[in-house]
Amino acid sequence: MFKRKWLTAPYLAFILCGTVIPLIAILYYGFTDQEGSFTLENITAIADEEHAKALGLALLLALICTVVCLILAYPVGLILRKHASGKKGFVVFILILPMWMNFLLRTYAWKALLAGNGVLNNTLGGLGIGKLNIINTPAAIVLGMVYDFLPFMILPIYNVMVKIDNNLIEAAYDLGASKGKVLTKVLLPLSMPGIISGITMVFVPAVTTFVISQILGGGKIYLIGNIIEQEFTLNGNRQLGSGLSLVMMVFILISMALLNKFDKNGEGSII
Amino acid sequence: MSNILELEHISKKFDDDLVLDDLCLEVKENTFMTLLGPSGCGKTTTLRIIGGFTTPDEGRVLFEGRDITNLPPNKRHLNTVFQKYALFPHMSVGENIAFGLKISGKSDQYIRDKIRYALKLVNMDGYENRDVNMLSGGQQQRIAIARAIVNEPKVLLLDEPIGALDLKLRQDMQYELIRLKNELGITFIYVTHDQEEALTMSDTVVVMNQGYIQQMGSPESIYNEPENAFVATFIGDSNIMGGVMLRDKLVRILGVDFPCVDTGFGTNKPVDVVIRPEDVVLAEPGKGRMDGVVSHLIFKGVHYEMEVQAGGFEWLVQSTSMFPVGQEVSLNVDPFNIQIMNKPESEDEEAVVIDV
Ligand SMILES: Nc1ncnc2c1ncn2[C@@H]1O[C@H](COP(=O)(O)OP(=O)(O)O)[C@@H](O)[C@H]1O
Ligand SMILES: [Mg+2]
Repeated sequence: MFKRKWLTAPYLAFILCGTVIPLIAILYYGFTDQEGSFTLENITAIADEEHAKALGLALLLALICTVVCLILAYPVGLILRKHASGKKGFVVFILILPMWMNFLLRTYAWKALLAGNGVLNNTLGGLGIGKLNIINTPAAIVLGMVYDFLPFMILPIYNVMVKIDNNLIEAAYDLGASKGKVLTKVLLPLSMPGIISGITMVFVPAVTTFVISQILGGGKIYLIGNIIEQEFTLNGNRQLGSGLSLVMMVFILISMALLNKFDKNGEGSII
Repeated sequence: MSNILELEHISKKFDDDLVLDDLCLEVKENTFMTLLGPSGCGKTTTLRIIGGFTTPDEGRVLFEGRDITNLPPNKRHLNTVFQKYALFPHMSVGENIAFGLKISGKSDQYIRDKIRYALKLVNMDGYENRDVNMLSGGQQQRIAIARAIVNEPKVLLLDEPIGALDLKLRQDMQYELIRLKNELGITFIYVTHDQEEALTMSDTVVVMNQGYIQQMGSPESIYNEPENAFVATFIGDSNIMGGVMLRDKLVRILGVDFPCVDTGFGTNKPVDVVIRPEDVVLAEPGKGRMDGVVSHLIFKGVHYEMEVQAGGFEWLVQSTSMFPVGQEVSLNVDPFNIQIMNKPESEDEEAVVIDV
C-alpha cells in the first residue's frame, strides 16, 4: 500500500506546478499594486462599469449557452437510452466527433460560415430568403459556445442515462405513471448527477472564454475573459488581471455551490 | 368463479424465434396460479404480455372480459413485482410505496395509512423512512410487494420474486406469499422454474415448455397424473419407461404385465409409463411382480433412495425401509400409482424429453 502512493507523484507534481503555484501567484498579484504593497483595488475594479458589464454579459451568455446545450443534449440522452446497445456507441461517436477537431479551427469555421458574405448568407441569398446578420453579435458567440461545448453536456448525460435500469422505468409505468410522470419522477432525478456535471463542464469554460467572443464577436464584444486577457497581454497589468480573475473564480464557485444544492447525493459534482 | 384474465391464441416471436405459440390460458378470480417451466420457456414473456410490457404478435388479452391487448401498462389494473425488485433508488421506502398512490392522486392521510398498512402486511413496520439501498434482498422484495399491493390491483404478477433469496428465506417467503394472497383475496400469477415452489404455493400450476402449455391443473393432479413425459420428469423424480397397453387396465412394462386403472387407450398400444419412486414397493424376492438387485443406496433424511436393477431398467425407489446394496428384492406397484401417457406424436416433442 505504502509504495503505491508513489505512483501518484507525477500527478501531484503536475498539479503543484500547473495549478497550485499559478493560483498562489494570482492570489499574490490580485492583492498587490504595481509597487508590491497590499491593495483591494484590483478586486474592487470589478465595479467599474466596463468590467461589471463584461462579467454580466459573460454570465448571461454562458447561462444561455448552458440552457441551450441542456435542451439539446437531454433528449439525445433519452433517445440513446432506448437504443440497442450496439448502435449506441456509434451515435455517441458521431455526436462528439466535433471534439476531435481543433477548437480554434471549429470557431474560425463558424466565422467563415456566418460572415456577411459567408457560406450561409450566400446560400440564403441564393434561395431569396435574405441575410442572417448575426456575426459579431452576442448571438454568434452563443452559437459558437454551444457548438464547442455541446459534447461536454452530451457525454455525462449519456453516461448516467444508459445506466438507468430499464426495470425502474417499467416499474413506474406499472404503478400507473404516464410518460410525463416517468420523466419527472424517475428519469430526471436519476439523471441529475449527469445533468449537474454537464452544466458544470459547459458553464465554466463558457463563462471564462475569450477566444470564442474574440473570433465571433469581431473584437467589439467584451466578456470578462477578454478583459482579463487584455490586462495580461496588451496592458501588461497582471495585478488587475489577477484581481478580476479572482472575482470571476468566486462567481464560478458561487454558481457551482448553487448548482450542487440540486444534487442531493453529490454524485455528479466535480468540485 | 369467473375468469378475471384470459389469454387467447397468443403468439410472440423475437427475431424469428417463436417464443410463444398459440398460447391459451384462463385465470379464475382469486386463484394462485403459477407458470412453471425451465429457463427460457417463455414464462417471463407471458407475464410481460399480461402486464402490457410486451405486445403479442397475435392473439388477445382479456381482463374481466375486456380486450386490453393494446392498453399500456399504466392503464391496466394489475401490478407487477419484478424479478430484480426495481425499487426507486432515489426514494425512501415510504416514497417507493407511495409512488402509485401519489400518481392516482390519493390524499396524504390515505397514503400514510396505506403505507403503514402495507408495511405491516409484509412484516416491515417502521421502515417508512429507511433508504431502500440499505435493505437486504429479502427486505427489498417485501417493499416491492408492498409497493405493488397498495394500489389494490385485482391481479398481482410476480416474476420469480424470491429466486435470488437463500433457501431458508425462500421457504419463509413461500408461506408469507400464501398468507398475503389469502389476506388480500386477489389473483396471483406467479412465475418460477422451481417445481417445489410451484407445488407448495399454487392453486393451479401451468407447466410450460418451449412456448407451449404442457399441462395445467392442481398441484396434486400435475404431480400424480402427469400428461406427458416432460411434465413427469420436470416435476419431481420419476421412472419413465416405454410400455404397451395390452387392453384396458393392463399394461406390459419391461416384459411384465401390471394391472393399472387407465382405460381408453385401445389394445396393444405403445405408451409411456410413469411411476413415482415413492410408489415402488420393495418386497422379498419372488413376492412382487419383478425381481431385481439393489445397486445404489443413499440416505436422504426422511427416506432412503435406492436404485434397483430389474428388467433391464434402473428403477429409482424411495422407501422408509432400507435394503442394502447387492440385496435381491422384488418390485411391486399399486395399480393406482401407474400413470399411463400417450407417446409424443412428433419428434420435436420427443427431443424435449431427452433435453431434460
Ligand atoms: N426482448 C427480447 N428480445 C429477444 N429475445 C427475447 C427477449 N425476451 C425474451 N427473449 C427470448 O425468449 C425466450 C423466452 O424468454 P423468457 O420469456 O424470458 O423465458 P423464461 O422467463 O421462461 O426464462 C428466450 O429464448 C429469450 O432469449
Ligand atoms: Mg424469466
